[in-house]
Amino acid sequence: MKKLIKLIGEYKLATVLTPLSVILEVILEIYIPFLMSKIIDIGIKNMDMVYVAKIGALMILMALLALLFGALSGRFASVASMGFGKNVRKALFYKIQDFSFANIDKYSTPSLITRLTTDITTIQNAFMTVTRMLARSPFMLVGATIMAIKINAQLALVFIIAIPVLGAALVIISTKAFPRFKSMFKKYDALNASVQENLTSVRVVKAYVREEHENEKFGISADNLRKAQVAAERLIICNMPFMQFVMYACMIAISYFGGNMIMAGSMDAGELMSFISYVSQILMSLMMISFAFVGLVMSRASIARIVEVLDEEIDITDRECDENLTVKDGSVEFENVSFSYSKNKDNYNVENINLKIKSGETVGIIGSTGSAKTTLVSLIPRLYDVCEGRVLVGGYDVRDYKIKNLRDAVSMVLQKNVLFSGSILENLRWGDLDATDKEIENACKDACAHDFVTSFPDGYLTDLGQGGVNVSGGQKQRLTIARALLKKPKILILDDSTSAVDTNTDAKIREAFKKQDDTTVIIIAQRISSVCDADKIIVLDDGKIAQIGTHDELINKDGIYKELYTLQTNQ
Amino acid sequence: MPPVRSTKPVRKPKNAAKTIKRILTYLLDYKVLLVFVALGIIFSSVAAIAGNFLLKPVINNLTTSRNMSKLIKTLITMGVFYSLGIVGTYTYNRLMLTISSGTLKKIRVDLFKHMQSLPIKYFDTHTHGELMSRFTSDTDTLREMLSHGIPNLFSSAISVTGVFFAMLILSPILTVFVVLMLVIMLYVIKIIGAKSSVYFKAQQKAIGKASGYIEEMIEGQKVVKVFCHEDKVKSDFDEINENLCKAATSAHTCANILMPIMGNLSYMHYALTAAAGAFLVINGVIADLGTIGSFLQFTRSFSQPITQISQQFNSVLSALAGAERIFELLDEKCEEDNGTITLVKAKKENGRILESDTYTGEWAWKIPEKSGDFSYIMLKGDVRFHNVVFGYEENKTVLNNVSLYAKPGQKIAFVGSTGAGKTTITNLINRFYDVPDGKITYDGININKIKKADLRRSLAFVLQDTHLFTGTVKENIRYGKLDATDEEIINAAKLANAHSFIMHLPNGYDTVLTADGANLSQGQRQLLSIARAAVANPPVLVLDEATSSIDTRTESLIEKGMDSLMKGRTVFVIAHRLSTVRNSNAIMVLENGEVIERGDHNELMAQKGKYYSLYTGAFELS
Repeated sequence: MKKLIKLIGEYKLATVLTPLSVILEVILEIYIPFLMSKIIDIGIKNMDMVYVAKIGALMILMALLALLFGALSGRFASVASMGFGKNVRKALFYKIQDFSFANIDKYSTPSLITRLTTDITTIQNAFMTVTRMLARSPFMLVGATIMAIKINAQLALVFIIAIPVLGAALVIISTKAFPRFKSMFKKYDALNASVQENLTSVRVVKAYVREEHENEKFGISADNLRKAQVAAERLIICNMPFMQFVMYACMIAISYFGGNMIMAGSMDAGELMSFISYVSQILMSLMMISFAFVGLVMSRASIARIVEVLDEEIDITDRECDENLTVKDGSVEFENVSFSYSKNKDNYNVENINLKIKSGETVGIIGSTGSAKTTLVSLIPRLYDVCEGRVLVGGYDVRDYKIKNLRDAVSMVLQKNVLFSGSILENLRWGDLDATDKEIENACKDACAHDFVTSFPDGYLTDLGQGGVNVSGGQKQRLTIARALLKKPKILILDDSTSAVDTNTDAKIREAFKKQDDTTVIIIAQRISSVCDADKIIVLDDGKIAQIGTHDELINKDGIYKELYTLQTNQ
Repeated sequence: MPPVRSTKPVRKPKNAAKTIKRILTYLLDYKVLLVFVALGIIFSSVAAIAGNFLLKPVINNLTTSRNMSKLIKTLITMGVFYSLGIVGTYTYNRLMLTISSGTLKKIRVDLFKHMQSLPIKYFDTHTHGELMSRFTSDTDTLREMLSHGIPNLFSSAISVTGVFFAMLILSPILTVFVVLMLVIMLYVIKIIGAKSSVYFKAQQKAIGKASGYIEEMIEGQKVVKVFCHEDKVKSDFDEINENLCKAATSAHTCANILMPIMGNLSYMHYALTAAAGAFLVINGVIADLGTIGSFLQFTRSFSQPITQISQQFNSVLSALAGAERIFELLDEKCEEDNGTITLVKAKKENGRILESDTYTGEWAWKIPEKSGDFSYIMLKGDVRFHNVVFGYEENKTVLNNVSLYAKPGQKIAFVGSTGAGKTTITNLINRFYDVPDGKITYDGININKIKKADLRRSLAFVLQDTHLFTGTVKENIRYGKLDATDEEIINAAKLANAHSFIMHLPNGYDTVLTADGANLSQGQRQLLSIARAAVANPPVLVLDEATSSIDTRTESLIEKGMDSLMKGRTVFVIAHRLSTVRNSNAIMVLENGEVIERGDHNELMAQKGKYYSLYTGAFELS
């Protein structure tokens, strides 16, 4: 919470001015009925036209001022709340940018997106409600009650009874309704999730002729939602009639008791009239408080979700290290490295790895799904921190470098790779913002992408669309390789990056890597052909190094590699 | 793949009258309740007006006659009116809740059912987001309109007219101010309304832009990190965020100032009335204070419904626009199905095919004859394409004059680059799309004569993108055959080599898969989808890149399972990895929608054509 309040930042002034102008507006609004009673009780009684005109003009002036303050408060409220929303959005987005891979893994992508969009909208609206309504309503409640007491303390007793009665009723209704709303929202989310699921899986549903089955399932959840909705709102709709009940009861009570007082001569008719005006002011503000409160409670979940991300501990940060230490060469060394995603020592994903890669070597890594190939290489650019042992790049522990210096030297083409909307050129420039056209062309030639790029009508300026939908899988992979090459890295890691590229092109790309002999190339592949000409082939099995050697060495030994080789070439 | 077209949502309803009529047909189920709703609203509004009206005799009584028993009598009348009002308020709110939630449930279910019956083509041309918003924002605004908007509009209209007439009766002179105020208020609403619609549109655009950027960056977060691109992304985001903030501030300012302006205009009106009323009393035009007291109460309750109407009106318009989009979706043409031939369990007796009630392991096509009798053809799995021409869009053929045949029990493989039409062929077999030219036969029957559901039941698909459903592993496998026993499920899982990893999951077969099976690896999901197909036990099997995410070693492990799965069935295989298709009876090489080579592995290798080059790696598959 404190963290969020800090984010008000430069909008503090507007945030303070909002309730301030609301309060001024309220004071004026409360004073107007009071003046009205003066017109009637003094002006009419004394038949004093001048007095009526004077007070009348004063009332209109006050209403004008109230209008001004009201409009101002509206303006301040939107400046403050939208600004606050902006700051929260920024803080959240920045925080996610600082996330390590482990942090990212912890949250699902859609959940992060919801936090950045829907949840922020919810809290910025709640913020607006708080600054406006929660200033207005209690003030109105107190102010109008004071005025009522000032006019006639005895008669004001009616309010003293009515306010707690209505207040208690509102609190009871809201607290009872809240859990029901929560369960309704859950059902609502479940319903939407099932629609989404059916949309993505429409072909499966149709292929298995399961439309009826899905309709039945949906019908049940839609009916559950309806029931939950009725259960929740059935309570909330009691607010209005109950409020009316209390308000009407007050009017009648005030008329009766006030009537008695007037007859007894202890009160004037004008006073009674203004008293009646206060009934609706007081009770409406109580109602507003309950609405604002419900809104606040509902935004609690959003606040919690946002704070959760803001409080997330980032587990990979620069530790005290030399800013100027850069990666000198592409040598990599694993010393007794063990790592587990869950940081569980009994369940290591890679265990006790010892490995030396010389600068400029080409290394192939092969192994079945789940053998921790990706995990192993992720440790090199310090996407995750080891649990035990250490990883050395260029002779230094990866934790001794500034992360930026390390990652600038280690280029990794991820398995699940992404291109962004914008042109091909813009995407390639991710690798090097200052790359010349010539450099880009060369990188693309090396990645065998130049030919297909120039075959597009717009060439390098072709727009990729969101997520790079306008190119095929194989083309996408080659563009991501080109992008990685543009970084001119000391170490290049390709995580199954040519799976959609044919063997021939794959070979050509690898040929191009060989030209850059001071770059260490690490290739993870499914195909033996992708790694067979590497200087060193590492065969992983269940998080451990099962075999290591050159192609020729390995095919002559019994083991996984030979097995794979026979499978892939011989049948 | 066919192109995705996104349409921009239209904000204002095109034909409001028609849409309202359609909503009314849904509401007709609640005819009787609606009458009570209307009564409730009328009671509620009239009670408030009557209560205020009775203030006049109360005050007059107090200032002039001072009759206690008369006061009590008036107050009792007031109490009766108020009680009726409270009952009315509760009744209409409660009934409206039943009506709106019931109606919305019906609309949702109708939408969903209709969506299920739409042809695949529809899903190709509409984004998921677009369809989702029919279920979310469009139904939400519609519900809001039904449960609050319409009743509010109705009651506000009654209040405004009621209050106006009450004021007119009380004092025609003071009503002049009312008219004056009304004009000012409407003018204010018009100005702010016009501004606000401009600003809201701008805000909508800014929100769209920010969401798009956020979505893309969060999805590519790991890439951002690997490229140390955080700072650049942050600064881009700052700009977008700043713009969003500006647009949102303008839009919300408009929305925020309307209420205080209207409220205080009403206070001005109140002040004017008080002063003018006092003048009139002093000058003797109005004799009693009670009139002024009542009138003053009315001025306070006059502006609120007007503000309400102006606010509700916009939301009603946008709800109608949403409803119109819902109905548009409901009006989309369903998948057509003119097939009459059905699939039945069959047994052979004395060479004649008879329908069977129990599972026999054999199936037959039941063909209705003109005479009213039925004839039967055994289901064998013989699939043939005769000069098929097809394109997702007109003028853009994907398949050009394709002829092919698959005899029962044969394994037919398709090889070719992306876009060559491999997946299209399988989409045509199960009639996701219909062929405009040429024909496809199944056991000699033109497939468009077979009922779609029965046709599809005879085929099992393992698709490129595995889609699993929220639910347990068991439920997901059972999807292939809803009445499968646990034993059948386990056998199918064993066949697909999925059993061992399933047993390693925290709750085995009862492990709940979340969000499209996200807690499984791609390969494991593939294995589950193979098990799902296995349990369906169909005569024809289509494997569309079914093993692309499984590594070669695991693939070789499940090969045995796959072989027994394929045994005795007609199988269509699409694979990138040529090792997968090598042992097929026939391999078709597709290029630009045409079959350019056909034969088994050895024949094609001997031909030294495209397949040969692909196999030896001289050409690229992309």
